[in-house]
Amino acid sequence: MSYRIIAKENLTQDIHLLRVEAPAMANKAQAGQFTMVRSDEKGERIPITIADWDKQEGSITIVFMEVGATTKKLARLNVGDTLLNFAGPLGRPTEIKFFGTVVCVAGGFAIATIVPVARAMKQAGNKVISIMGFRTKSLVFWEDRLKEVSDNLIITTDDGSYKRKGLVTEPLEKLLEQDTINRVIAIGPTTMMKACSTTTMSFGVKTMVSLNPIMVDGTGMCGSCRVSIGGKTMFACVDGPDFDGHAVDWELLMNRQRTYLDEERESQRLLEKRLRPEF
Amino acid sequence: MAKINLNRQPMPKQSLESRKNNFDEVALGYTPEQALEEASRCLQCPKPPCVTGCPVGIDIPDFIKALREHDMPEATHILKRKNSLPGICGRVCPQESQCEKSCVLTKKGAPVAIGRLERYVADWERSHPELVRKQGPHIDHHGKKIAIVGSGPAGLSCSAQLAQMGYEVTIFEALHSAGGVLTYGIPSFRLPKDIVQGEIDYVKSLGVEIQLDQVIGKISTVDDILKNGYAAVFLAPGAGAPMFLDIPGENLNGIYSANEFLTRINLMKAYLFPEYDTPIKTGNRVAVIGGGNVAMDAARCTARLGAEKVYIIYRRSRTEMPARQEERENAEEEGVIFTLLTNPKRFIGDDHGKLTAIELYKMKLGEPDDTGRRRPITIPESEFTIDIDTAIVALGTKPNPLIPSSTTGLDLTRWGTVKTDAATGKTSKNSVWCGGDMATGAATVISAMGAGKIAATSIDSYLKNTG
Ligand SMILES: Cc1cc2nc3c(=O)[nH]c(=O)nc-3n(C[C@H](O)[C@H](O)[C@H](O)COP(=O)(O)OP(=O)(O)OC[C@H]3O[C@@H](n4cnc5c(N)ncnc54)[C@H](O)[C@@H]3O)c2cc1C
Ligand SMILES: Cc1cc2nc3c(=O)[nH]c(=O)nc-3n(C[C@H](O)[C@H](O)[C@H](O)COP(=O)(O)OP(=O)(O)OC[C@H]3O[C@@H](n4cnc5c(N)ncnc54)[C@H](O)[C@@H]3O)c2cc1C
Ligand code: SF4
Ligand code: SF4
Ligand code: FES
Repeated sequence: MSYRIIAKENLTQDIHLLRVEAPAMANKAQAGQFTMVRSDEKGERIPITIADWDKQEGSITIVFMEVGATTKKLARLNVGDTLLNFAGPLGRPTEIKFFGTVVCVAGGFAIATIVPVARAMKQAGNKVISIMGFRTKSLVFWEDRLKEVSDNLIITTDDGSYKRKGLVTEPLEKLLEQDTINRVIAIGPTTMMKACSTTTMSFGVKTMVSLNPIMVDGTGMCGSCRVSIGGKTMFACVDGPDFDGHAVDWELLMNRQRTYLDEERESQRLLEKRLRPEF
Repeated sequence: MAKINLNRQPMPKQSLESRKNNFDEVALGYTPEQALEEASRCLQCPKPPCVTGCPVGIDIPDFIKALREHDMPEATHILKRKNSLPGICGRVCPQESQCEKSCVLTKKGAPVAIGRLERYVADWERSHPELVRKQGPHIDHHGKKIAIVGSGPAGLSCSAQLAQMGYEVTIFEALHSAGGVLTYGIPSFRLPKDIVQGEIDYVKSLGVEIQLDQVIGKISTVDDILKNGYAAVFLAPGAGAPMFLDIPGENLNGIYSANEFLTRINLMKAYLFPEYDTPIKTGNRVAVIGGGNVAMDAARCTARLGAEKVYIIYRRSRTEMPARQEERENAEEEGVIFTLLTNPKRFIGDDHGKLTAIELYKMKLGEPDDTGRRRPITIPESEFTIDIDTAIVALGTKPNPLIPSSTTGLDLTRWGTVKTDAATGKTSKNSVWCGGDMATGAATVISAMGAGKIAATSIDSYLKNTG
């Protein structure tokens, strides 16, 4: 099996897109599913959401942010290189049907992963309002792509350097006050998904979030990805990754995400030393 | 009748000093002198009971005879007729409850060390590839394609058989390496990975194609496979889903399933971090919950990774422990502390969600239950705690629902295993067979291999009859 990279785009300084040859996966992929990626023989297996797929071309698109050793290694690959392993589509697809009005909220790299969700929601006949949040103007990407699949697009930046100043939860709250919203989907950093869930809670609007615990196999055989949903332990890789945000034990998720902080720092330090031996 | 010799040759082992710090194999294997001496003990029984004790019916006296006559290629050939993975079975079979249990010398107190001799022959074969009779790919193909799901012992043995019969065989494996539990579960100090790889290469040399990264049920379903021109499917995905205790605190940081812990170590090589990217937290004070081979493997790994105290928490007594005698002894030699007749009540953590202690009940034994073992009973108000920073839950595994839930017409038992006819491996679904842990629940390497062979024979006769 050869997972050749056929296109690469640097969406911002730290966020990159790879289009990878994987015809069988492209044939089955649905919005909300993910792949397990390994770049090299000594590399870790990491989960990355399927941001797009093209059956005709037989390709899968992933968009990821450089945060540590593995994502930094992936960022150094170019067109023509191959991924060592690429398994998927994994996880359950996002529940797509006619709800009425759906709000899609995304932050950071997740802008890319919410596009297929918004597109599918629109195709199912929903009115789709999207909110995308960034820290600052230079990090904005894919405004046009999300606009294309939304009836209405709201953009926020933390520092106000582009469009509306503030966090994504502010326009979300306004929408909930003004309109009948039938469903909210929030994808992005854990704190953002938690904040969105808290915001929608008092309005009683069901909110689906895409959880990102640490995974090893991604097929339900290790339990590394266990999360607590309404007091019940679930495996995010097979029971999710989408869950009802109002039932998630957020504190547990955030604690478990921090399990390997020391080791992650060590890996990055070594990688940087390897990449720039003069230091 | 030959004179009875009860002097069973001991297995040379790596010294305790050195093995505590490495993942190299502990049992070093017989020297040629030892192998011949041990082989000479076999009485060459005319109706050998040992053969009936082996789930795949290896012609035990015959291979021992060939070994005695220094005809190693013949000894290899006899083993391979019934067992395509002798180097693995010779190491990990629970011989004391199978072939060796039935040996006539057992009653006298010292069965022939059949497993060790089997390992000796298989190791000879690996170091003399040029002298082994080649069993190259079968040339006379039927033009029929067969799909195997999973590359553990059941999948490997079934595909080897079918390839030798002339079928075109493809294995679909979910992970990035073949071998199943042999690769991701059993640690290298019991089963070196180059031996597993050698056996996988042998299966490939017969013409079997192994496609990695293929999670069946996701990238394609069993129904898709049948539609795509495969005449039969053999399901061998094992029973890989870990069970937890379901007690308070079980999701604290520092608590692993044995599957996660062993996968990080064996498959991802976390013990070589940071050379390899995958991390593992080993801790200094470790509790391993369970009393089987898996628990022993996990405990012995943590001991090698530098833990100061490693406890085995087991709710019955030593006599009921399912782990092999040899493994229990090795674990104790390596400093693992057996905390018997105790059962976890809850895990205790700090403000950051990090495991700090385990609270245990003391247990006593009651009347035997339906497994014949005495039932453990909780002693009220007997709780006590042990400070730990890592816990490994080794309670066993159950079938992963990924395949059953995506396949039409596949009947399951109430344990979630696939309903399978033990004599043929047939399932309720046309053209679909199943074997190994997915059919029986967690069992043994050799029984999984036996099931693979049975299914291969049944698939062959079915396809011949249907033309
Ligand atoms: C279902 C799912 C979908 C995801 N989709 C995307 C995506 O589309 N784009 C994207 O940029 N990121 C995505 N992530 C997060 C991504 O997997 C992590 O950023 C990545 O694993 C970090 O690896 P690293 O070695 O670069 O960084 P590290 O330095 O190893 O880790 C940085 C942080 O990433 C998390 N992390 C580390 N290892 C893993 C692991 N094996 N599995 C999961 N999380 C881990 C930890 O919380 C850690 O603190 C997804 C995660 C999940 C579970
Ligand atoms: C730690 C440990 C130690 C053990 N020690 C011993 C021992 O000493 N002696 C002994 O006899 N037995 C031992 N066992 C038990 C023995 O390993 C198993 O009984 C045996 O491996 C079962 O073989 P199998 O082929 O049925 O499945 P497995 O070995 O589990 O292999 C199944 C394969 O199928 C793959 N798979 C699963 N789902 C899918 C899917 N949806 N699509 C594609 N592929 C899939 C898996 O990734 C795996 O590679 C041990 C088990 C463990 C976990
Ligand atoms: S395969 Fe296992 S049971 Fe059979 S002879 Fe060898 S060691 Fe004994
Ligand atoms: S039963 Fe024991 S002594 Fe008899 S043939 Fe088998 S191994 Fe040899
Ligand atoms: S990642 Fe292993 S069970 Fe989910």
